Amino acid sequence: MYKYILKRILLMIPTIVGAAVIVFFLLRAIPGDVCELRMAGSGLYADPEAIKICQQNLGIDQPLYIQFFDFVWGFMTFDLGESMWTGKSITEEIGLRFELSLQVAIMATLTATVIAIPLGTISAIKQDTWVDYVVRIFSIAGIAMPSFWLGILIILGLLIATQKVTGTPWMPPIEYTPIWVDPFANLSQLVWPAMATGYRYSAVATRMTRSALLEVLREDYVRTARAKGLFEKLIINRHALKNAMLPVTTVIGLEFAFLMGGLVVTEQVFNLNGLGKLFVESVLNSDYTVTQSLVMLVAVVFILTNFVIDILYAWLDPRIRYA
Amino acid sequence: MPNLLEVRDLKTQFFTSSGTVRAVDGISYDVEEGETVALVGESGCGKSVSALSILRLIPNPPGRIVGGSVRFMGQNLLDLNDEGIRHVRGRQISMVFQEPMTSLNPVLTIGLQLTEMMELHLGLNNEEATRKAAEYLDMVGIADSKRRLKQYPHHLSGGMRQRVMIAMALCCEPRLIIADEPTTALDVTIQAQILEVMKDLSQRLGVALIIITHNLGVVARYADRVNVMYAGKIIERGNARDIYKNPRHPYTLGLLHSVPRMDLPRKEKLDPIDGQPPDLTKLPEGCAFRVRCRYEVEKCGVEVPHLESIGTGHLSACWQKNDLHNAAAGVSS
Ligand SMILES: Nc1ncnc2c1ncn2[C@@H]1O[C@H](COP(=O)(O)OP(=O)(O)OP(=O)(O)O)[C@@H](O)[C@H]1O
Ligand SMILES: [Mg+2]
Repeated sequence: MYKYILKRILLMIPTIVGAAVIVFFLLRAIPGDVCELRMAGSGLYADPEAIKICQQNLGIDQPLYIQFFDFVWGFMTFDLGESMWTGKSITEEIGLRFELSLQVAIMATLTATVIAIPLGTISAIKQDTWVDYVVRIFSIAGIAMPSFWLGILIILGLLIATQKVTGTPWMPPIEYTPIWVDPFANLSQLVWPAMATGYRYSAVATRMTRSALLEVLREDYVRTARAKGLFEKLIINRHALKNAMLPVTTVIGLEFAFLMGGLVVTEQVFNLNGLGKLFVESVLNSDYTVTQSLVMLVAVVFILTNFVIDILYAWLDPRIRYA
Repeated sequence: MPNLLEVRDLKTQFFTSSGTVRAVDGISYDVEEGETVALVGESGCGKSVSALSILRLIPNPPGRIVGGSVRFMGQNLLDLNDEGIRHVRGRQISMVFQEPMTSLNPVLTIGLQLTEMMELHLGLNNEEATRKAAEYLDMVGIADSKRRLKQYPHHLSGGMRQRVMIAMALCCEPRLIIADEPTTALDVTIQAQILEVMKDLSQRLGVALIIITHNLGVVARYADRVNVMYAGKIIERGNARDIYKNPRHPYTLGLLHSVPRMDLPRKEKLDPIDGQPPDLTKLPEGCAFRVRCRYEVEKCGVEVPHLESIGTGHLSACWQKNDLHNAAAGVSS
């Protein structure tokens, strides 16, 4: 087991390096220059001298390989540098937003898992009964409905409901408060986007749980468990679910990683200042340093999530643990 | 001695998109206390389905037991509720399956898979159950049983896994074990070992055994009584000697001719049965074996022959059973 974990950790290194190379050179291949954008973005004439000085200041006149090693070195020493656009420290810029996005992603994941595993299980056990149909409609609706649209519905619903009940419409706060400062204010802002994204997420995971369990229930060893005279509950919980959880873990993990960087539109709807928003801004501004840092951050989140999934796999499946 | 198990007119069908599969089509047989009964027949004739029907393990949908009764110690198992049949499964009647590689749960230890049954059925605590589990592993010939209990199925070879299955089948001291082709997936040397273990233990512990097989050699060696199945029906029954020396159904005769035998000259050609087993969704009028039969008479296409006695405990379902006497002489030597 320890050998397996060590192997997985070592495997993360080349993956991260690979991601760094791709990000760095792909970004440079996109046309656009942050200095030109900064000075001539509004359509005015920009002095070529001034642009040159700006480029020198930012270091983007240097040969690419030097820039690349700067980037890698900075990344390894956790010094992400400053934004080429605003000049602010990137660690700070990302820090707060990372907190927000992470919290939404974790809340959505919890919601999804808590809903999906029982629903998917019931649906599989009661295959082709009305319970199964209700669950399937619930999950197909979740997959068909974009999160941002559901988000708009939630905000509208909140406005209308609070207007009806209290007389004054209420909307989730726009200002982000960290959860340890004021849990109530924090949750009253973030519960809604977590619900909006969590629904789709749980729909995907429910379908996965259902189909994985249905497959496992046809396995010979489940028949053996029945033939042994075990309780149906024990057969499902001990013999079937543990096997069915393998693909479900993958889906849950990958969705989580996706939420960490991919919530662009939903963040707009709820007016959240998260990673998604920063992503779009930095790309539009050709702000290499910020985009790079963000992509690397998301890459690391993906890699870590995959690592956790691998560990869970090994924990669930002895064939991997002892390989 | 009273019968331990009485299967009467059992019918199990699968309702599929391509029609109703009449997998078990009205079979009746008995198993006495402590006796070994064989169920023989070619692939697809309904052996497994008839075994699974006894413990009501037929996947529904698409399958359903549509008729008959299965009396075990006087109680019709088909009348029991879910909780009732649960108490029979593993405790009174246990099963050993055809596929040792897939019949054990890959993510649970051998120990847990053994002890959970004993804790449930015998009310043992974990410590007692673990001790007994190790004893049973010793009994079925697994060395180093303490360590094996902590291992997972993938650590074990196919033969070992089948031994574990046998230990599982024995550990709650059932009255009857149904072994569905327990050795088909194993190589020949292991096959013999497994069968010896089963025969030996069932005799020592006084457990009755239903052995399902398509291997007539197995039958001759281990079975007290033999039921030959064809297309969901039992078409001949007798003790092993009757079936071997005096077969009275053309299908049994054909089966015996299809097996290479050491005691006949090598020049003697094998004489396999022509044609294919019938489609169980559209069984023909009359005798199901008719189209492949060399002894067909007019009556065979009109009326289904029923199992009828031709001697003490020897029955055949064939209109020509009394004329097969001479034909049979050819096989027995
Ligand atoms: N789940 C199922 N759905 C539909 N038909 C089935 C199902 N299970 C079995 N059958 C049909 O029932 C018939 C009898 O199958 P069974 O498994 O009992 O054969 P068998 O005699 O055990 O053969 P083998 O020696 O290959 O194990 C077959 O024709 C098979 O197609
Ligand atoms: Mg079979």
